[in-house]
Amino acid sequence: MSSPLTTSLDNLHPGEKAAISSIHAEESLFQRLTALGFRAGKQIEMVRRASFNGPLHVRIGTTEIILRRSEAHRIQINTGL
Amino acid sequence: MKRVALLGMPNTGKSTLFNRISGASARVGNWPGITVDLMSAKILMGGHIAELIDLPGIYDLHGFSDDEQVVRHFLEHNAIDLVIIVLNSTQIDRQLSLALQIRALGLPSVLMLNMADEARRGSISIDIQAMSERIHMPVAMISAKYGEGFQAALTLAAQSIASSNMQLTLEQINSRLQADNVLEQEMESIVRDSVQMPAQLTDQTTERIDKVLLHPWLGLPIFFAAMYLLFQFIFTAGKPLQDGVAWLLQMLRGGVLEPMLAHVPTWLHGLLLDGIYNGVGTVASFVPIIILFFLIMSMVEDSGYLSRAAFLMDALMARLGLDGRGFVMMLMGFGCNVPALMGTRVMRSRNLRLLTMLVIPFSLCSARLQVFVFMTAILFTPQQAPLVLFTLYLMSFAAIFVSALIFKGRYANSEPFILELPPYRFPTPRQIVLRGWQEVGYFLRRATKFIVIGVVLVWVLTNFPSAAAPASNETFAGMIGSFMAPILTPIGIDTQLAIALIFGFVAKEIVIGSLAVIYGLQGDALMHLMAHKLDWVQGMSFMLFTLIYTPCLSTVATLRTESKSSAFMMLSIVWSLVLAWVVSFVFYQSARALGF
Repeated sequence: MSSPLTTSLDNLHPGEKAAISSIHAEESLFQRLTALGFRAGKQIEMVRRASFNGPLHVRIGTTEIILRRSEAHRIQINTGL
Repeated sequence: MKRVALLGMPNTGKSTLFNRISGASARVGNWPGITVDLMSAKILMGGHIAELIDLPGIYDLHGFSDDEQVVRHFLEHNAIDLVIIVLNSTQIDRQLSLALQIRALGLPSVLMLNMADEARRGSISIDIQAMSERIHMPVAMISAKYGEGFQAALTLAAQSIASSNMQLTLEQINSRLQADNVLEQEMESIVRDSVQMPAQLTDQTTERIDKVLLHPWLGLPIFFAAMYLLFQFIFTAGKPLQDGVAWLLQMLRGGVLEPMLAHVPTWLHGLLLDGIYNGVGTVASFVPIIILFFLIMSMVEDSGYLSRAAFLMDALMARLGLDGRGFVMMLMGFGCNVPALMGTRVMRSRNLRLLTMLVIPFSLCSARLQVFVFMTAILFTPQQAPLVLFTLYLMSFAAIFVSALIFKGRYANSEPFILELPPYRFPTPRQIVLRGWQEVGYFLRRATKFIVIGVVLVWVLTNFPSAAAPASNETFAGMIGSFMAPILTPIGIDTQLAIALIFGFVAKEIVIGSLAVIYGLQGDALMHLMAHKLDWVQGMSFMLFTLIYTPCLSTVATLRTESKSSAFMMLSIVWSLVLAWVVSFVFYQSARALGF
């Protein structure tokens, strides 16, 4: 891919990496995400996706985090790095 | 006396550091206006006697979560001489923001970068001199787990204790926390100048273990198999220890206490031996299994596997209106409902919290386990017993699921579910033993009083009026049992079992003790009598009722204090009684109809 493609985090496949472009969340969720390292420009990797539409396991730098698909949907990412 | 507060993000080993500093001297303290239990300990720091307080783990000081509110409240109402900030070295690039927030408040503070061992393994190097100059507070690298750098860090902390303490107002906290963006830029700049870390830290071991334990298809079977093996292990290893304790107690009674009390009046002899000593004996004989349980449980918790369980279970839990953390709390509830209920504080949506608190009391706690181990030993063969216990665990889950499904509409929530997955860590023996010690100590302090008072009460009820034969229908206990008969006969529960159930409302720990007094026998003699009097259908019905109805007064009290609603507490009591009766009724009547 030559140009960045924007999508939401829940569309990332296991093993794929992307850069966070923006987060659309109310202040309490935004603060929690920020504290855990979700910031614009940070690289994020999808580690695995739980069965039965369960949560996602992602990695940002040295932190591994699980979050639900509904929250991941509010995080915009750029693929095609 | 100086006041020193430990403050840090969740999963940074803050409590491990607290335990290392305080040893086993920690106790739960009371703080004005704070409803959360905070551990504190008196320690010697430099030349000062200081009170060390373990504050809840928080991500920031904005106060969106209950724990953040607790910390803000604490800082507002207590003068502080020093804040020890504990952060995880391997995540310093994002955690430093908390230290910068504390600095912005102007509190005297020292920064301890924990998990130095993991940082070294991950090739992370931190120039603490440079960092210290940039954030204007002393910095030390430590490993709270292994004690590395610990003494030097304590000396540094002692030197940093302010000559005059400091108390903040809420306005000061809010006004000084304004500029988040500035803070973030500063954090990045400091990390750039003082920290060398690889772009991505990949813990090979953790990754490999996760590939198996979080496998899309193997993950759940492994999880349930692990839980089953755990309980099997606890019983296999616990049984001989339990027998040993029972034998010792019998020796003490026959060899020492009986001759000593030979000449006291009959009623006092009965009160001391059949009441108090039987009660204490009942507690003591189950201590080995409780110790084993919490030793194992602390290993499972500290290893990081419980967060994985949350990942595996969230798909199902989300459907029940709960979340993976709720599942973790339910698992904690299998040790004891009370701390599990208190643990729901991590949930930020009140509705999610109330729903979780409503279902946790159905978790088969170690107190109910005592009853079931005893009953299954009476009514089933050693081959059948583990299977019956496993069925009861499944019933416990079923009661949780049914209750969640029924009440999830009433307590609908939209809370985000975001959890850190720490790398797998094997706790040191010191950590395991200390944790087990604390849990057992907590359990004994709470349970012993209940059990002894409960058993003495039952002894009084079964021995008075003094004209009646002990535990007969003419005693107070018999009168209560007969009065309850119309409700309990359809579920196969006779007068004696009914009395045991009434006292089980106080604490499940006293059920076996009360049976011992009701029947006037204990140990093997009690087992033989009960095996003769009950068939397995009655016994199972009794166990199902015991499993589902109100766990104990402590749980009820916790429900009320945590929900701050007597109506919610009443709902929990009434719902569990109704469900218990319905389940026992359906089981008992079906089994009888099928000819058992």
